[in-house]
Amino acid sequence: MPAAEFQAVQVDYAAVAPMLIVAAGALVGVLVEAFAPRRSRHRIQVWLTTLTLLAAFVVLLLWSRESMTVTLGGSVVVDGVSLFLMGALLVLSALAVLVMAERFGGVGADAFTPMGSSTPGSAQEDTATRAGYATSEVFPLTLFAVLGMMVFVTANDLITMFVGLEVLSLPLYVMTGLARRRRLLSQEAALKYFLLGGFSSAFFLFGAALLYGYAGSGDLEAISTAISTASGDLDGLLVPGVVLTMVGLLFKIGAVPFHSWTPDVYQGAPTPVTGFMAACTKIAAFGALLRLAYVGVGANRWDWEMGLVVVAALTMVVGAVLSVTQTDVKRLLAYSSIAHAGFILVGVLAFSQAGIGGVLFYLVAYGFMTVAAFGIVAMVRQGGSEASHLSQWAGLGRRHPVVAGTFAFLLLAFAGIPLTSGFTAKYAAFAPAVASGTTGTVLVVIGVLASAVTAFVYIRLIVLMYFTDPTGDDVVALVPSIPSTVAITVGVLVTVVAGIIPGLALDLASSASEFLL
Amino acid sequence: MNAVPLLTLMVVVPLLGAIVVAVLPGNTARLAKPIALGASLVTLVLAVLAVASFDTGSTEQFQLAEVRPWIPQFGVSYALGVDGIALALIVMAAILTPVCLLAAWNDVTEEGSGREKRYFALLLVLEAFMVGVFAATDVFLFYVFFEAMLIPVYFLIGMFGGPRRQYAAVKFLLFSLVGGLVMLVAVIGVFVAGPGGGDGFLVENLTGNLDASTGALRWMFVGFFVAFAIKAPMWPVHTWLPDAATESRPAVAVLLVGVLDKVGTYGMIRFCLQLFPEASQWATPVVITLAVISVVYGALLAIGQTDMMRLIAFTSISHFGFIVLGIFALTSVGGAGSSLYMVNHGFSTAGLFLLAGFLVARRGSKRIPDYGGWQRVTPVLAGTFLVVGLSSLALPGLSSFVSEFLVLQGAFMRYRVAAVIAAAGIILAPLYILLMYQRLMTGPKPTFGEAEAPRDLSLRERVVVAPLIASFLLLGFFPKPVLDLVNPAVERTLQFVGVSDPTPALASGSDQ
Repeated sequence: MPAAEFQAVQVDYAAVAPMLIVAAGALVGVLVEAFAPRRSRHRIQVWLTTLTLLAAFVVLLLWSRESMTVTLGGSVVVDGVSLFLMGALLVLSALAVLVMAERFGGVGADAFTPMGSSTPGSAQEDTATRAGYATSEVFPLTLFAVLGMMVFVTANDLITMFVGLEVLSLPLYVMTGLARRRRLLSQEAALKYFLLGGFSSAFFLFGAALLYGYAGSGDLEAISTAISTASGDLDGLLVPGVVLTMVGLLFKIGAVPFHSWTPDVYQGAPTPVTGFMAACTKIAAFGALLRLAYVGVGANRWDWEMGLVVVAALTMVVGAVLSVTQTDVKRLLAYSSIAHAGFILVGVLAFSQAGIGGVLFYLVAYGFMTVAAFGIVAMVRQGGSEASHLSQWAGLGRRHPVVAGTFAFLLLAFAGIPLTSGFTAKYAAFAPAVASGTTGTVLVVIGVLASAVTAFVYIRLIVLMYFTDPTGDDVVALVPSIPSTVAITVGVLVTVVAGIIPGLALDLASSASEFLL
Repeated sequence: MNAVPLLTLMVVVPLLGAIVVAVLPGNTARLAKPIALGASLVTLVLAVLAVASFDTGSTEQFQLAEVRPWIPQFGVSYALGVDGIALALIVMAAILTPVCLLAAWNDVTEEGSGREKRYFALLLVLEAFMVGVFAATDVFLFYVFFEAMLIPVYFLIGMFGGPRRQYAAVKFLLFSLVGGLVMLVAVIGVFVAGPGGGDGFLVENLTGNLDASTGALRWMFVGFFVAFAIKAPMWPVHTWLPDAATESRPAVAVLLVGVLDKVGTYGMIRFCLQLFPEASQWATPVVITLAVISVVYGALLAIGQTDMMRLIAFTSISHFGFIVLGIFALTSVGGAGSSLYMVNHGFSTAGLFLLAGFLVARRGSKRIPDYGGWQRVTPVLAGTFLVVGLSSLALPGLSSFVSEFLVLQGAFMRYRVAAVIAAAGIILAPLYILLMYQRLMTGPKPTFGEAEAPRDLSLRERVVVAPLIASFLLLGFFPKPVLDLVNPAVERTLQFVGVSDPTPALASGSDQ
């Protein structure tokens, strides 16, 4: 192909303004790290991050919504789906930041180590603690991750998608390793996440290269056109390309058999970061998967659909069954998030507009639940460290009825009991699947049986909190500060409202369920 | 038509009562129980008003109807309405709730006012959901109530039950959840096969309007039926009931077995028969067989029990067998008998559970061998127990006899062998009831050692039992009001199924 003459790309600034704001906020955050005095850094960073996210959200509502378009030379598309997902990402990450900001009366954010580079248990760590160090750089890192997620869901070609994938992943690798307590576990999780994440990125990149070879372009639309018009010479590249790119995305989603990082990382990462990852990474990855599957390679879905069906079924079954044997709250929620990923995949596999709407709704509903749930997990302590072992939760309902009650409600929502958003979401994802035919119906049957298994797990936890006698006296739920209280309250309220009167959110999700080609 | 949304009020009043009871501050906690009772009595008054404004000659299937869009995106409406069967069951629930609240008056008094408030609040929440589930005329709304109902019951068993309460509560929840989730697939399937649109889940829009292959419709039928069979409960998915019944408080057991389980049999009439006529007829041989097995199996196991509560639970399994037999006989006599039986069984099981509960409260044991000769100590308790037991074994003149007779007559018209075998259940019933009475009440006067001899029924307890016994006599000698209420609904259901009675000359006997 001859080199084209250079042309400056057209940028629709209104459309991409939210991303620019987040990027600017992140850069300012780095400057704050460098120049602001240590005492006020935490406060400044929290305000800066939250306001950045909210400003981006407001701009998204006011301007970007008006200018849905393909911009930046076709590499970024701002359409209903990506606007909805960006909005969801901004709101949920703002809530997650509020949870991260929890200090419980300490100097810096409570969940994060004072000094990430110090050896765990060393004198240097003690010194850092005494000197009042704090890793307030997690806030700009969060903003970078959010930026990557926004790029990921708006990417219209495979290279942009890859850039988004890396921008969102790298900060998360770092943040995973910054836990204040059980630091070795945290660092191990970070390393695992980094190595496996690196592999999956490589898979994605290789798949993207094959697809480029097939279509002569990384543009999703061009790939789609190539599939329907191609002569057949390079057909051998298509299916491997699709499979490899999907492997990369399914890794981020946490689908079986690419899930093995999920429990370790969820357990090792600082709890608020786990909440952030569970809610936002899932949204971003599913956004990219939707676009790839529907816009890019949908035309030859007969070739790969069965594979994805098997992955969805495995994800639901393995996620549900393995959650039964967990003894750690965070690992339990990790396996539950795997099972939920399977439920969402069922909606993706409906291959209909209603399916997209269902997936969008599910992602948001799950995001709000999970941010609030991890916010609560972070509050329950024994002897200063997080009481994440299930036995430590025994009898929590007696001593902390409000905390346990809220958590029990969220668990019921995870289980998909009616009158919670979990049920509405499950219905929204499953109904299009049943409508799509026999395969979808079989998946839904597997899905409801898996739901019953996960429900058993959640109920067991409720039993533990309410009906079991406490084992030790020193398990307490710390009193949260205003920011994380706000975050948890919003999460719970959305879960209630979207369960009882989901009309508005469903309208939003279904009106946003059209891709702009 | 009525401008006042009576059915909604009957859901809202107990819910409001529950909220008030739950949030009462500590120093006014003693008001909790009167408020709870008051809320349930107001609901009862509303139920009476609903009966008064119900027109048995109406051509509409559902009366007192309220339809508002709820989630139009899913085709879901907030739609309530009753036919005769639903109304009869709602009235039964509205009568049983205050009775149970009164019976449960001192259940948890010693455990602190906080727990007491929660107990009564949960009972009221349960009442609200019970009314809702019977009144829902939208399949999705029905499903929501059906599942949401599990939560208060789960907590009532798990927090306030006996020593193995956790096991029983989890078992109950898992059985129900599995059934419910399987039903969810069928619920989605019904919508997909139905006309769709913003009110595509309304029963009246779905009836006779399902566009799917015979095979698909049969699968959907199975989805619904499994959920209802677990709820009812029928053999072989009954095993949760004895555990749940024996581990819960008597009042909770009454609402669980007497009212909640009726959702299963009611659902068979409303959804299985009405929505899937062809599949219902296809499944009838299997269902009838299961029903007959339930009748005999429940009765035989009841005879062998030494735990009073388990015994009563097994009698219920037997009785539910009769109810299902009557429903799937697909005759108007059988249907009317089943509908009446649902009401009668509610009252007679309530009597058995509550009186057994009074006994347990005096002696502190559920084991039958721990008793004996109590008619000499507590004559009124023994006497009422005998009456309730006789009603349960279907003595002529007491209510269950009428319904059991109708069920067998209706079944005999179509399935002679099944009816004959089921009749064995009637012969076994005296065995388990009278044996229990004999072991509990007759024999030499028991000695209580140092302890004071137990007192006979208190005034509160008599007030609890009186309406139940009155209902046995009333419905035993004069079942016409209830039959008049349910007959149009039964006939309409049979029209939907598209069957008529094989020998009409016999069928007319039931209307006399």
